Amino acid sequence: MLANTIIYGFVNSVILLLVALGFNLTFGISGVANFAYGALYIMGALLCWVFLNSIGLPYFIAVILAVALTAIAGALMYRFVLLRIRGLVLSEVIATFGIGLALLELFKYMGFIGFEYSLPVICDTSIEIGAVVIDLQRVFIVIIGVTMAGFIWFFTHHTRTGLRFRGIAQEERTALSLGINTDRVAMFSVSFGGAYAAIAAIFILPLGTINVEQGYSVLINALAVCIVGGLGSTGGLVLASFLIGYGQTFTVTYLESHWVMLVPLIAILVILVIRPSGLFGKHKELEERI
Amino acid sequence: MDNEKKRKERIDRGIKVRSSDVFALTSWREMLYLSAPRLLPVVGLLILSIVLSHYWQRVLLSVSVFALLAISWDILAQSGMVSLGQALFFGTGAYFAGNMNHYLGWPPSVTIPLATIFGGLLCTLFLVPVLRLRGIYFSMVTLVLPLMLVRIIEATRIFGGTEGLSGLSPLPNRWVELYLIIAVLLAALFGFRRLMNSDYGLVLKGINDNDRSVMNAGINIYWFKTQALFIASAIGAFAGAFMTHVYMFVGMPVFALDYSILPIAAAVVGGMGTLAGSMLGAFVLVPLSEILRPLGGLRIVFYGLFLVVFTVAVPEGIFHYIQRKYHQFERWVEVE
Repeated sequence: MLANTIIYGFVNSVILLLVALGFNLTFGISGVANFAYGALYIMGALLCWVFLNSIGLPYFIAVILAVALTAIAGALMYRFVLLRIRGLVLSEVIATFGIGLALLELFKYMGFIGFEYSLPVICDTSIEIGAVVIDLQRVFIVIIGVTMAGFIWFFTHHTRTGLRFRGIAQEERTALSLGINTDRVAMFSVSFGGAYAAIAAIFILPLGTINVEQGYSVLINALAVCIVGGLGSTGGLVLASFLIGYGQTFTVTYLESHWVMLVPLIAILVILVIRPSGLFGKHKELEERI
Repeated sequence: MDNEKKRKERIDRGIKVRSSDVFALTSWREMLYLSAPRLLPVVGLLILSIVLSHYWQRVLLSVSVFALLAISWDILAQSGMVSLGQALFFGTGAYFAGNMNHYLGWPPSVTIPLATIFGGLLCTLFLVPVLRLRGIYFSMVTLVLPLMLVRIIEATRIFGGTEGLSGLSPLPNRWVELYLIIAVLLAALFGFRRLMNSDYGLVLKGINDNDRSVMNAGINIYWFKTQALFIASAIGAFAGAFMTHVYMFVGMPVFALDYSILPIAAAVVGGMGTLAGSMLGAFVLVPLSEILRPLGGLRIVFYGLFLVVFTVAVPEGIFHYIQRKYHQFERWVEVE
């Protein structure tokens, strides 16, 4: 029982991490809180479903196309909407929230509701770890999650574009004076965030069905992990997703599944009281928060 | 092009300049100029309440409720708190009124005022722990809270659980309903406009502009924010309590996303920062959504798009546009 909880809690934590990575990337770099993140997540999954079932493409091509299109959607959103209201926090929040709302409700209206809308698992078998039976898809999710987190760290520390990302995250004007096209970099960060959302959706959603309502809860989970972890800090993000992930799993096991929603919120409240800058947050973030 | 050598100049109308001092009281025309914008909502609402058909009177009711929510959103936004969860205020007020009526049997004349005050207090208590948060961090928490309360009600099955409480006492008749909400709406509009233009409102606006310098002036901004929060949540709670008795029902839908989105959309479309703009926005959007009703779920898609288009293309909102046209005229002048 306990071993079961620990292993499934681990998987749940990695799921949270995977969901939060993209949001954190966009917010940490360009400062845009992408409230359309949940919509991009669902959009990635639905695009993949359409490519697989309506057009009949092979799995890998469908996945790549879906991720690419979601990334392009993120870039377009930046280019045509966010660019004009950059820096006006209120307008950014309202506009991205509006886009997310419009997309999610449009999907709902178009009838993407029901059991037939589910993505295939990569490999439909289970393995045993000790005495715990776990299906291979969850193992894949853990592998993907760890890879993606590692990739983001490598990308932002050891590639030219990644260093530009961190440059504009630290001080946008200085970055501009050093010849970095900040608008383009910010566009990439929104677009990368979209790609991460699509990847997360394509690997996580085979565990259930594509439910449009999840768009909202995904956003809340991503927000919670980012607030608790401290923005722009991958280490804090990992720790936060494990705290919240295990919190949720233990709640389901020992209390009742209805209370799961409370875990992220309580985590937010507790962290704001104890360490307002987040677990690994720096002073600069503290200034932005309180 | 001719435009390259010309630019648009905006100048205050003569009548605005003349009527801005005490001599305005010597001319009927100037008195009318000053009073017309203030009389318009009062007279307009009274005429509307009489001439409309029964169905559109109900629409006017929900317009007024959303206008109240939008005013409450605007007060919060002017004090530097962007809320994405007006449904929290609405729902808390609605549940307070519903429970007092259902379990204690108190009449609406008691439950509505009590729900306004206690609903406001409870929402303030909910949000006080996160009051130190700025910008989007505060918005995030307000977005989560109503969704969470719904889950708690679903999980614990308190207050009627998923079915809600029905068969609550109605208000005496539809005229009482209509004139009560119109009176409260007008009182809120003029009262809080006055408040926001006083020194007290200046402090609140200062918190929005630069909270650090307000702190520097030796003012406890958290205490002021708490008060603004109480004002805004009490308005929202009143709207909720009122609607509970109109529908004679309270249940989980009172925390629905509609009550969070529409007020924001109204404030954005109408124009933020004046309260009147938010109200105007509600008077544009809610009837529009009645007309769009055949579209079903697509309505919310349109709200979303409205939000985006207005924030990007017309960031000032309808009200500020009209206000500018009323006070100023424009002309092309040569660029030297």
